[in-house]
Amino acid sequence: MSVTAIVPDYARRIEPRDPVENFHGNMLVYVHWEDHLSFCSAVAFPLPPAIPFGAFVSEVVAPAYAAHPEAASIDWSAVVWMIDGATKVPDMEASLAANGMKHKTLVRFWTPGLSGWKGTAS
Amino acid sequence: MAPKKLGLKQRYAHMTRGLDWETTYQPMDAVFPYDTFEGIKIKDWSAWEDPFRLTMDSYWKFQAEKERKLYAVLDAFAQNNGQTGVSDGRYINVVKLFLTGVSPLEYQAHRGFAFTGRHLRGAGPRIACQMQSLDELRHLQTQIHTISHYNKFFDGIGEFPHMHDRVWYLSVPKSFFDDARAAGPFEFMIAIGFAFEYLLTNLLFVPFMSGAAYNGDMSTVTFGFSAQSDESRHMTLGIEVIKFLLEQHPDNLPIVQKWVDKWFWRGFRVLGLVAMMMDYMLPKKVMSWKEAWEIYFTEAGGSLFQDLERYGLKVPKYADVATEAAEHISHQNWAVFYQYSHAAAFHTWMPDKEHLDWLSEKYPNTFDKYYRPRWEMWAEMEKEGKRFYNPSLPQLCQVCQIPMAYTEPGDPTKIAFRCTEVAGETYHFCSDGCKDIFDAEPEKYIQSWLPVHQIFQGNCGGATVPDVLNWYRMNVGADNMDYVGSPDDRLWSEWHAAKTREAV
Repeated sequence: MSVTAIVPDYARRIEPRDPVENFHGNMLVYVHWEDHLSFCSAVAFPLPPAIPFGAFVSEVVAPAYAAHPEAASIDWSAVVWMIDGATKVPDMEASLAANGMKHKTLVRFWTPGLSGWKGTAS
Repeated sequence: MAPKKLGLKQRYAHMTRGLDWETTYQPMDAVFPYDTFEGIKIKDWSAWEDPFRLTMDSYWKFQAEKERKLYAVLDAFAQNNGQTGVSDGRYINVVKLFLTGVSPLEYQAHRGFAFTGRHLRGAGPRIACQMQSLDELRHLQTQIHTISHYNKFFDGIGEFPHMHDRVWYLSVPKSFFDDARAAGPFEFMIAIGFAFEYLLTNLLFVPFMSGAAYNGDMSTVTFGFSAQSDESRHMTLGIEVIKFLLEQHPDNLPIVQKWVDKWFWRGFRVLGLVAMMMDYMLPKKVMSWKEAWEIYFTEAGGSLFQDLERYGLKVPKYADVATEAAEHISHQNWAVFYQYSHAAAFHTWMPDKEHLDWLSEKYPNTFDKYYRPRWEMWAEMEKEGKRFYNPSLPQLCQVCQIPMAYTEPGDPTKIAFRCTEVAGETYHFCSDGCKDIFDAEPEKYIQSWLPVHQIFQGNCGGATVPDVLNWYRMNVGADNMDYVGSPDDRLWSEWHAAKTREAV
């Protein structure tokens, strides 16, 4: 469907506000640690598409969740990753882009054995 | 012989519709260019029942009388140091949320009704919209005057118009009204006149006003009373507009239904702020959000839609989802503010044991299982000196602009993720309701000013949190963070220590 507008060429007069070009060489990546809802929602990062997935995990994801009491127990090699809806085994050496990530990709991850404070998904 | 006086009815007819005319220098379509493009068909504008039956001169007289009473109470409140008599210093944060989040919407409503009052070609709705437009401006004004007294003592109030345009969570109510005002006049009337002012109004004003009454805030109660007769006129207008559109042409039904679905969902999302206020922010509680939802939406809304059934109008899509979510949204929202307390212009606090017990009692199906453990975990962290903050910025919904904190219907352990692709770019949503709204008019919502994305694009004062807070004009260390230990808390404690000394 399309917008109800008083001008017939509405779509030509407007610009999307968040194309990747507006992010100074970065792309947006959203990350969510499943079963740990004390982090209220997925979180957002502007990241260079060329950084290796491994660096993304150690420099971006791990620090973002470090405050959680279970963070120290995460076995990063056992983590289950889902990138834009598909379960994947990411190549830690390869870049985010080479792992199929693009602007506004959502990365969800599960940590087997850890399901939130006292198992309550918190 | 004395000249004959006009009867009320005649006088009304002459002073309102009698002043209208068919234009001849310009075609009516050129004078009223906005009232056809939405596809609404009107056969007979004169069939509009004027809901207010007020002429401008009597309107001014009524309003002036109410103003005199209101300002007398405000004076008395100030002279009596009424601010020291509210239930607790925490209560003031409700007032802050109202002034930053709701009062600017009164102004938006004023602008919106001024627009519809100009652009609908029927004289009946034009007069009604004009008066509502003036009411809304008056409400903004009385709210500012009332709350300005608290601004002399408490933080987080003084920069409310600046903050409304910039602060991340205030983009939620702001974008709600921007959306309505960027629509055509009929959609605006359904969005604000019907969905907001009729269907959902009791879930906004009743909680704030009874909250004020329960918590000793006589000044806010009084502006509430001063607005009450206006609000009942607005409700009459809201119901009249929907009946009028549905009676005029059967082709209007699907358009109106689409708007009712959309604005019910958008309104429900904005009201999440009220849910949080009722369940977490009022020191003396009125009722739970869930109870308010049952009374004012499930029961009152249910009978309203029964009444509208004869026109073919159905209960809004996803009403069942919203009812299920009434178990969750207040807890989920307060959790958002608790972990982003450093970036909020009001204070947050950890609910104490008595408060948690109240929540357990009010939400027996869900609170102990899902939310109580979360507060207990954070309380434990606080005790260890590791008060929990979220160090990253949240993902936002493209439509409602709220952090994507809401869970799947039926599973409060899983965040609901929805997305759509338009021209190769992905857009994310918190719910089917928000996704449907986007999918119906993607051109509109790809332009959303999402605070988190704007920060990353460098449009919000800088790259660090302090830069952004400075750009918000947030007084760091006073406006934000926890209530306990805040300047508000210290002031409140001093007042109470003084009262105790005087009593001895």
